[in-house]
Amino acid sequence: MGTSLIVRAATRVLVGLLLVFSIYMLLRGHNEPGGGFIGGLIGATGFILYAIAHGCRAAREALRVEPQTIAMVGLGIALFAGLVPMMIGDALFEGMWLFLAADPADPNDKGIPLSNILVFDVGVYLVVLGSVLTLVLALEEEV
Amino acid sequence: MAAGSAKRRPLGGTPGIVSIALPAAAFAWFCLLIPQVANGPLFWSVEWVPSLGVEIGLWIDGLSLLFALLITGIGTLVALYSSAYLGGDDHYTRFVCYLLAFMVGMLGLVLSDNLLALFVFWEVTTISSYLLIGYKADDPASRRNALQALVVTGTGGLAFLAGIVLIGAAGGGFQISQLPDLSEHVLYPAILVLVLAGAFTKSAQVPFHFWLPNAMAAPTPVSAYLHSATMVKGGVYLMARLNPSLGNSEAWTIALCAFGGVTAVFASIMALKQTDIKQVLAWTTLMALGTLTLFIGAGTEAAIKGMVVFLLVHALYKAALFMVAGLIDHGTGTRDANVLSGLMKAMPITFIAAIVAGASMAGLPPLFGFLGKEYLYDAALEQDVLSRGGVLWVAGCAFAASALMVAAAGIVAWRPFVGPKAETPVKPHEGPWGMWIGPLILAALGVAFGVIPSLSTIVLEPAATAVMGAPVPVELKLWAGVTPALILSLITFATGFLLYWKHRAIRRGLGRLRDRADPAWDGIMDGVAGGSKWLAKTVQAGSLRTYIFITFLTLAAVLLTTIWRTGALPSAPPLDDLRLKHWSILIFITAGAAVAAVTNSRMTAIAALGTVGVGVALVFIIFGAPDVAITQLLIEVLQVVLVAVAMLKLPHMKPDVVSRIRGWDLILALSIGAMTTVVMLMVMTTPLDLRITQFFEATSAPIAHGRNIVNVILVDFRALDTFGEIAVVAIAALGAYALLRGTRRNT
Repeated sequence: MGTSLIVRAATRVLVGLLLVFSIYMLLRGHNEPGGGFIGGLIGATGFILYAIAHGCRAAREALRVEPQTIAMVGLGIALFAGLVPMMIGDALFEGMWLFLAADPADPNDKGIPLSNILVFDVGVYLVVLGSVLTLVLALEEEV
Repeated sequence: MAAGSAKRRPLGGTPGIVSIALPAAAFAWFCLLIPQVANGPLFWSVEWVPSLGVEIGLWIDGLSLLFALLITGIGTLVALYSSAYLGGDDHYTRFVCYLLAFMVGMLGLVLSDNLLALFVFWEVTTISSYLLIGYKADDPASRRNALQALVVTGTGGLAFLAGIVLIGAAGGGFQISQLPDLSEHVLYPAILVLVLAGAFTKSAQVPFHFWLPNAMAAPTPVSAYLHSATMVKGGVYLMARLNPSLGNSEAWTIALCAFGGVTAVFASIMALKQTDIKQVLAWTTLMALGTLTLFIGAGTEAAIKGMVVFLLVHALYKAALFMVAGLIDHGTGTRDANVLSGLMKAMPITFIAAIVAGASMAGLPPLFGFLGKEYLYDAALEQDVLSRGGVLWVAGCAFAASALMVAAAGIVAWRPFVGPKAETPVKPHEGPWGMWIGPLILAALGVAFGVIPSLSTIVLEPAATAVMGAPVPVELKLWAGVTPALILSLITFATGFLLYWKHRAIRRGLGRLRDRADPAWDGIMDGVAGGSKWLAKTVQAGSLRTYIFITFLTLAAVLLTTIWRTGALPSAPPLDDLRLKHWSILIFITAGAAVAAVTNSRMTAIAALGTVGVGVALVFIIFGAPDVAITQLLIEVLQVVLVAVAMLKLPHMKPDVVSRIRGWDLILALSIGAMTTVVMLMVMTTPLDLRITQFFEATSAPIAHGRNIVNVILVDFRALDTFGEIAVVAIAALGAYALLRGTRRNT
């Protein structure tokens, strides 16, 4: 392994941080800067860093599934999130919300907002993560 | 399927039996329709593509029925013949499929009432005949000739399609049975040219004739089928079919008479020149097609009558003679007219079929061919519509072609069987029954129709009526007294026998006469291939730099043209608003771009470009688009990583090469930048429509429950767009993955 000790040591900490941060970006995206696209890119950066430090095979093992599978699953999730409202008679990709534990009296209290929009964003996250990793890992293995 | 085991199967096994039984059943069905059609056309239809007005309408009138009977009747005999001729072949099943596909296409062609449906079947015959001609696919000549037939008839087919569209526009519909007389319409000249382009290529009129003799690369049953009764007659059918709506003009008459006459005479001269008996037959087929075209063009009642009779005559004798040629090939191993001789004893049944069919081809009484020729002469001499010159032309062409036909018939059907026994590659022997039964039946029909002409009139009269668009009584008589036609016939025989007697001398004399159409076709194809190669080499240079350069050069050209056409240049924006942070970012970006432009290291250039990207991200931050900025930043990082990884293995840049091309790159880059700036400034001058922005601002939080408008737009308001985009991202990644993996496997 030709990578420097510093990179490898830093990677150990950074990868975990990047992945947690990517999920944080994904979840807060609806109200603050962030979202599935950005989150997916950050997550991919984490794995790319890991691949640079420990090699592509290690990165693939850490992923456990092929990155292209992740992308396809993400696409499926996004499609599913869009199809659900249509199944109950709404328009395709219509937003559906459920405010868990919200106080009905207070219009500003949204409790824990759950929605198919979030599911869709998770799909976007996975597609971006999977696609970028598919590309980068294949390219790096090629070189 | 092993060749050995298949050989012993009678009738070619299951595929062979199917290929014989289907057309036979269809033939029987069409025979049952004869009395009904004699009383008036039959019609029924099914909707196919209602939105385009395409329906599969079956319109069976006399002309359709005549063709359908030929297609299924001769088709049955050809299928039987093939089962003996090709039954042992490894690809016999494939052959049967092609043959049946062709048959279906041909039947659809002659039975369709809708021009669009007719065109689809027309193309089916083109494609299946391509497959049939190229059946011996391991032979390069066979492939080349098949492709030639496909390109020539396919190109004609495209012209025909354009013609159909115009007919639809001019005639108000695609129903052939409903078409009005179009010869006065303003679109008529275009329709005429396009439709005739289709018909002339399909029916191999000079100068599109060259593919037909070359199509003899096909197995003999294919030649017997495609080139006697069917495919090449597709064009004739089309002209006959459209005669009522297109045929009432002088242009039609002149075009058909000119092309038909030249084809008939030229082809029959070329036929004498050939030594391969199959080639002789191929060229005489051209002669027949020319004659049919000539008489459709002449267009009088007598001419149409003669045309219809000759159509049937020719189909019967030509199919028989092609099969005879195959029998001779099979029995002796050669088709060379100079070698073949004295086969009468060894191949008696073939000889009988050949001599009877050949006599019909020569037009000898009492065979059907005699009637055919008589009625052609009748029409040529009696017509009163054309001028004297026209009569001379039609009669002259018919006479010359008929006389040459007598000689050609002698070469094919008489010459190989008489004289001393010759040494042939295979000891001459008779073919199996499946091969001689077909020619024998066809020859017998030639006798029967000749002796009892009324047998054929029940089909021919409705056919002539359909072509003419008005009732045409057809009454055929073997002996009509001493008429001008009979006298001309006698002169024809005398001339023909003289030509046959001297045919070897004539052949030597014709030695220098070459058909230049075929080499010309090669020249055209080479030109097309060369041009494509040049274009591909120029545009697809294989160098990424060139691709990018061409792409941006095009962009620059388009932008420049647009700006030049629009004229007004935007005024320079005020620079007073710019504060320190703006200036710093500007310098940051410019410095990055400058470094990228001058450095001699790829890594430096990539890093410098990354700087530019980060600078752009800063711009986004200043103008309040944090989401875009984050994305830009991440993409920039990823891009630098990706490109750097890819560039690790690239060789160092060569300074001399770089300095040579860099100047041009710089000019292009600067002009693209300048023009983009101009375009941006122009955009800024038009007032921004804020309605959509306001809508999103107003509804994002209350309706979509999100304060980050960008993200709400992405995942809620415009979720369908986003879904499309992520699908593109995933597919692009997969494509790139496949490409990278593909190169790995090859190295």
